[in-house]
Amino acid sequence: MATAAEEALPKGRPAKARPVRPKLGRDDLIMRAFMVVIALYLVVALALPLYAMLSKSFSTFRFDLTAYEFQVSDEQGSFAVPPVSAAALNEELQAVPPENLATNGDGRLPATSFFPDFSFRSPVMYRIRATGDDASYLIGSERFAGSRWQEVDSNDFRRVMLRPVRDIGLANYATYFSTPSLFRSVENSLIISVISTVITVLLAFGFAYALNRSCMPFKGVFRLIAMAPILVPSLLPGIALVYLFGNQGMLKAFLLGESIYGPIGIVIGSVFFTFPHAMIIITTALAISDARLYEAAECLKASRWKTFWTVTVPGARYGLISAAFVVFNLVITDFGLPKVIGGQFNMLAVDIYKQVIGQQNFEMGAVVSVVLLFPAVLAFTVDRIVQKRQVAALSARSVPYQPKPKPRFDALAFVYCSLIAVFILGLLGVCQFAALIKFWPYDLSLSLKNYAFDLMDGGGWDSYYNSIRMAFLTAIFGTLVVFIGAYMVEKTRGFESGRSLFQLLAMLPMAIPGMVLGLAYIFFFNDPRNPLNALYGTLAILVVCTVTHFYTVSHLTAMTALKQMDREFESVAASLKQPFYKLFRVVTVPVCLPTILDISIYLFVNAMTTVSAVVFLYSPTTTLASVAVLNMDDAGDIAPAAAMGMMIFYTNAGARILHLIVSKGVLRRTQAWRFR
Amino acid sequence: MSSYLRIRDLHKKFGDFTALRNVSLDVEEGEFVCFLGPSGCGKTTLLRAIAGLDLQTHGSIEQAGRDISTLPIAERDFGIVFQSYALFPNLTIERNIAFGLENSGRPRAEIARRVTELLDLVGLADQREKYPAQLSGGQQQRIALARAIATSPGLLLLDEPLSALDAKVRVHLRHQIKELQRKLGVTTVMVTHDQEEALSMADRIVVMNHGVIEQIGTPTEIYREPRSLFVADFIGETNQLHATLSAPGCFTLGRTCLQGMTDGLAPGQPIIVTIRPEDIIPHAPGSQPAGSERGLLDVTVGEMEFLGSFWRSRLTGAALGGEQLYADFSINAVRRLSLDEGADLTIELPASRLIAFPAGEDHGHRG
Ligand SMILES: Nc1ncnc2c1ncn2[C@@H]1O[C@H](COP(=O)(O)OP(=O)(O)OP(=O)(O)O)[C@@H](O)[C@H]1O
Ligand SMILES: [Mg+2]
Repeated sequence: MATAAEEALPKGRPAKARPVRPKLGRDDLIMRAFMVVIALYLVVALALPLYAMLSKSFSTFRFDLTAYEFQVSDEQGSFAVPPVSAAALNEELQAVPPENLATNGDGRLPATSFFPDFSFRSPVMYRIRATGDDASYLIGSERFAGSRWQEVDSNDFRRVMLRPVRDIGLANYATYFSTPSLFRSVENSLIISVISTVITVLLAFGFAYALNRSCMPFKGVFRLIAMAPILVPSLLPGIALVYLFGNQGMLKAFLLGESIYGPIGIVIGSVFFTFPHAMIIITTALAISDARLYEAAECLKASRWKTFWTVTVPGARYGLISAAFVVFNLVITDFGLPKVIGGQFNMLAVDIYKQVIGQQNFEMGAVVSVVLLFPAVLAFTVDRIVQKRQVAALSARSVPYQPKPKPRFDALAFVYCSLIAVFILGLLGVCQFAALIKFWPYDLSLSLKNYAFDLMDGGGWDSYYNSIRMAFLTAIFGTLVVFIGAYMVEKTRGFESGRSLFQLLAMLPMAIPGMVLGLAYIFFFNDPRNPLNALYGTLAILVVCTVTHFYTVSHLTAMTALKQMDREFESVAASLKQPFYKLFRVVTVPVCLPTILDISIYLFVNAMTTVSAVVFLYSPTTTLASVAVLNMDDAGDIAPAAAMGMMIFYTNAGARILHLIVSKGVLRRTQAWRFR
Repeated sequence: MSSYLRIRDLHKKFGDFTALRNVSLDVEEGEFVCFLGPSGCGKTTLLRAIAGLDLQTHGSIEQAGRDISTLPIAERDFGIVFQSYALFPNLTIERNIAFGLENSGRPRAEIARRVTELLDLVGLADQREKYPAQLSGGQQQRIALARAIATSPGLLLLDEPLSALDAKVRVHLRHQIKELQRKLGVTTVMVTHDQEEALSMADRIVVMNHGVIEQIGTPTEIYREPRSLFVADFIGETNQLHATLSAPGCFTLGRTCLQGMTDGLAPGQPIIVTIRPEDIIPHAPGSQPAGSERGLLDVTVGEMEFLGSFWRSRLTGAALGGEQLYADFSINAVRRLSLDEGADLTIELPASRLIAFPAGEDHGHRG
């Protein structure tokens, strides 16, 4: 009997026993390789740029005058006068005031500043050398450092430029927090985000409640209308508001003298573009609440009002909290809307743009980015925690609630939803109207002249075609990367630390505001020492940036679908000696096809509408439609901006309809197994 | 001597938790072995270690003379059926079974022939075009089995293959699986927590508890000669009586001296004596059957419960020293001795059926 063997062995753990290490099979190696490649993608497209940005925010640059020496010859070219340091010259001449010695990474200080009687025609020769370790200077475009004298004639001396040295420290942050005009944006952003969040969540809760709990007619239509803002760039409602309440607005009187340019406009626009996000989350939360609780409440003869506060609201609390943080995050990181309608009212995301594009102060742009990261990361973290709780609550078995007709409540719900629908359709309609008339408000006859984009700033029709190309590439490339990445991380065996690291990398993009990502890309990819520098200014970098920007939601969607697949499929395939990629091709992809299509349409729509990240990255040959809206608006071509915005809307609506048809067709053809 | 599957000193830890400890086991070629034990005892963990799905922390596994301890799944030789069956939902039954046969250089016609053969074997020849979701649980189970044996593996691993099915189907499939296994002669390891399943199907049973093997033996050995209190208690039903060992083979229960199996126990030690209800023999009150004088006790019948083919009776009495016994009496015996609640009775506890274990240690082995 086998126990004999067992007894012959010493009890307890034998001293010689060493943990076994698995031999890796071919599949294991291939899967890990894929995972590593996609993880590397995320490192290059996300972690490294962010690192570059962080280090930029801690860098200050100043001209270190003690580190340069000059020597000037007489007219015959002999150097009789002893050399003198730039610092000494400056002390004597006060040529460069101390505050001007602080500069940025691109700073250049002409050497001629220290020689007031310099003339480029003079026969005098100049010598220059750098005595400090970090100090360097340019002659023309050539860089020199070190204590060897360089001799130039006066014509070339014109082209000698001192370069700043870099210090690491918190000086930029100190500047930021001691500059009220910059610092005030923090307060502005927080206030606007909180107000918009409260309004949006309340409105969306009412809407979701009506959809879930009433028997009003046209629920499907309402749902569809509520989703429409997702299909347009966030700055489009801003344009509509300008037409409605701007200086020549049709409804200007309603504002009682207040200006739409500023907080009011930002809040209204934010409510518009965040509404669908909040509505989806809250609807889901309400839909999973348990009907049995309502029956119990009814049996206890609780009033409607009491039931609402003791059953409905607590049941949806995770959804409400989650929606609040998502909306907060969307508003505080949004750039397009405050850019269009913010007027003189500064917000953090716009500050980044102004610092970088307006003042070319990249270091300060990086500082504002880091400041903006804090609320964004916080909101993201809270949302993740809450989402986890909600998933736990969801897995409990509950009975879905079936509303019964209540004529008065249903009528109220219908009126309420109609008002919201009018708000949404109204803003879109105004844009379409503005796009089609000749000259607001003087000539209201219809014309297509606003569609002659080629006559305006912003890239013309090419930017529209670029956008479509970019969105297609993003959808295809992004879906591929995201789905394969999610598959590898979900199904690879062992390799725990690698997988957790991957998960972390995949979650990171959601916490990074688009403006921050875009700026980080400038720092990383525009660095001439970076071998990936060639990507800068191409369509490819726009695709990479957009895929990365929207990675997290796509990744989570893919993970959800993959988790629903039996964990043992891979084991079965391996035991049958079939490679994992056969299983992937024959089973995983076909079963997950609806999800794969969902991810690709999500990426497509967002690639069409995104502004914040790509606004830093487009080049004259890769202008985009959404950026064109921004730039045409900036240039005062508001009607064409509206027209382009509506082009994006129709394109996205078309894409969604196509997606619906394809999904249905695919389901019917390949998913026969789903139906008994 | 070399067995088909040799497991030596297997340990498995999940963090600080030890799921398997010192597991050593041999399985002979063609044998049907069941891992049996309460939930969480490590049966699945052991099976997954054999398959290479979750590697052991240390210890070795040999299959057919080859060390497979650390090999990846694909380089081992086994077919497996999971509790969930893991049938590919979007492939037809036919393609599910053919999955392991494709790209192995086999011509199409041969694959089709093999699939037909397997479908016949599991009796589902008419279902080949259907999808898994269109089959009943029992049918899906058989498809999973057919897929697992399609490539004629040397070892068949089954993880609670019947637990998702209702009782009737389960009994039916038990026979089918056993018959199939016998026909194919494939070495089979099955995990179950259903002792009836294990007793009726296995050539040998491995009883596990808290990550260790309690006992390995044929179903009758396990049932008749449990080697630990845990096994005695876990398999079937048994009475447990607290007693003290007075001399080897002899112990005191209340005021009575009884003989039983006490190998390896020291006199004076507190012990627990077990006897199965059906091993208690009833006699007319006060009778003295020849050759059994040391194992006789006078008791009173308490409640009686009719359980179909026998009566379960609770027995008390001064001779038991405050303990009570449950005994199963045949209908015949009850009629012959006119047993009823409150009746007096003499019972015989055969020495060979009284098995003693050390008291106090929950899972202590005897001898
Ligand atoms: N991946 C894991 N991580 C941590 N603990 C685990 C893991 N898998 C199993 N365990 C633990 O190891 C022990 C043995 O688990 P195992 O699944 O082998 O039990 P089992 O005997 O098959 O039980 P059941 O009859 O319920 O299937 C359990 O206590 C379980 O909680
Ligand atoms: Mg198990």
